[in-house]
Amino acid sequence: MTMLEIKGFGKSFTIHHLNKTIPAVSPMDLTVEAGEFVGIVGKSGSGKSTILKSIYRTYLPYSGEIHYHSAQLGKIDLTQATERQMLYLRKNEIGYVSQFLNVMPRTTCRQLVQNALLEMGESKESAKSEAEAALKHFEMDPELWDSYPKTFSGGEKLRLNIAMATVKKPRLLLLDEPTASLDHQSKIKVREMIEKLKSQGTTLVGIFHDIEFMEGLCDKVFDMKDGKIALPLEGVVHEG
Amino acid sequence: MREQPILQVKNLQKKFGEGCQHCLDPEIRQLEKNFCPYCGTIYAVHDVSFDLYPGEVLGVVGESGSGKSTMLQGLYFDIELAAGEVYINEPMLASQNVLTLSSQQKRYIRNYIYGMVYQNPLDGLKMKFSSIGNIAEKMIAAGSRNVGNIEARSKALLEDVHIPLRRMKEEPRNFSGGMQQRVQIAKALSNNPPILFLDEVTTGLDLSVQASVLDLIKQIQRELHISMIVVSHDLAVIRMLADRSIVMLNGTIIENGLTDQILEDPQHEYTQQLVYSLL
Repeated sequence: MTMLEIKGFGKSFTIHHLNKTIPAVSPMDLTVEAGEFVGIVGKSGSGKSTILKSIYRTYLPYSGEIHYHSAQLGKIDLTQATERQMLYLRKNEIGYVSQFLNVMPRTTCRQLVQNALLEMGESKESAKSEAEAALKHFEMDPELWDSYPKTFSGGEKLRLNIAMATVKKPRLLLLDEPTASLDHQSKIKVREMIEKLKSQGTTLVGIFHDIEFMEGLCDKVFDMKDGKIALPLEGVVHEG
Repeated sequence: MREQPILQVKNLQKKFGEGCQHCLDPEIRQLEKNFCPYCGTIYAVHDVSFDLYPGEVLGVVGESGSGKSTMLQGLYFDIELAAGEVYINEPMLASQNVLTLSSQQKRYIRNYIYGMVYQNPLDGLKMKFSSIGNIAEKMIAAGSRNVGNIEARSKALLEDVHIPLRRMKEEPRNFSGGMQQRVQIAKALSNNPPILFLDEVTTGLDLSVQASVLDLIKQIQRELHISMIVVSHDLAVIRMLADRSIVMLNGTIIENGLTDQILEDPQHEYTQQLVYSLL
């Protein structure tokens, strides 16, 4: 089954005070099958994040189509979906992990992960135990569980971000540079997390600076250059 | 996925002034910002339409004078609107434009369906009543008669908003601005309203109190599934609270969308300026 089919998708930004429209991504196609892990590489400014953010509707669609196969809503063109449909999908099916942590102030690490589950309608008890399991998995020091992420290190913030997104078990997970600024040990954790999600059937699309780290794990790798997508990159793709 | 909005707002209008031949007809109306250059009539709210869905928080942002609070006061029947339609998806109000109801019916809606937290606690609280008295008054208006129940519920609400019960008999005028705001929230929640309006609730509060108020609002949404309209000029507050937002300028809606989209890919020139100005 095709999970995501992007056809002729392009994106430009109109900047009023410059009186200019700046192209970010030239019309491109990209297909992601269910259960695949697709990597996107490219220099900064090449338009990698623009694709992910447009799938997630953080950026408004500009041209082309983004067909997503939803469990609940059936086949849906995300460029045409209503705001409420997008919110439904974000809550229940599509997750997004960025490098930045943007959360409620003065809410503990543990509460943040629990709240992600409570918002999906889970009971307090199961939210509590699942949140703890997720924090354990990402080796968050238990001393940090009840502290506020404002003072966390970059790596800790990122691991919390990933925990908050993965605990909801999304069908499609968008990873926007999840390994940027992480140390070697934390990168291994992210790789293990991706392996685990993949084995559970999650479809993943991720942007990586250091795609070597995902060697043998990606099903396809695309290279972005100047807002255009080049054909799949060989070498780091897993065999069979 | 077919959802019914709990509140439908269509073409709200509010003007201050009589209007003249140059501005009364919307077809030929040429306003300077939001006022008519010929007669000075202010079109505080014009052509405002949106839907509010069950359990969602809708953000309304815009500079001061953009018509945000006027719109909210109009919805809450504090001021009379010139025109427009408002529908509430409650069985007994089905397909009735609530703006045209009698004042008695409007009072019913305020007592049973709406809650309001004003920017200025003086507007929402009786400063000479005790805190618990303020909450009791609202509950009595909403039909509660059992003193024991009223007291128990008032205490529980004050605890929810972190007001120490030893101070519940004190008048809110003795309280700090943040505490007054929290008493107001407790009062607004006392009748379990399905729809809650919040007007600049965190403006003027110190950051620490702001964090507790934000957390409280999120908790209310999560646990009680109340639908809320949150008006604020503070984009950071809207980002924390609202899934969807509308941006108002000179009395009209210039942009609407998912809140993170408005912040990261703003379309309108004014919204772009607003986002560039964000700290």
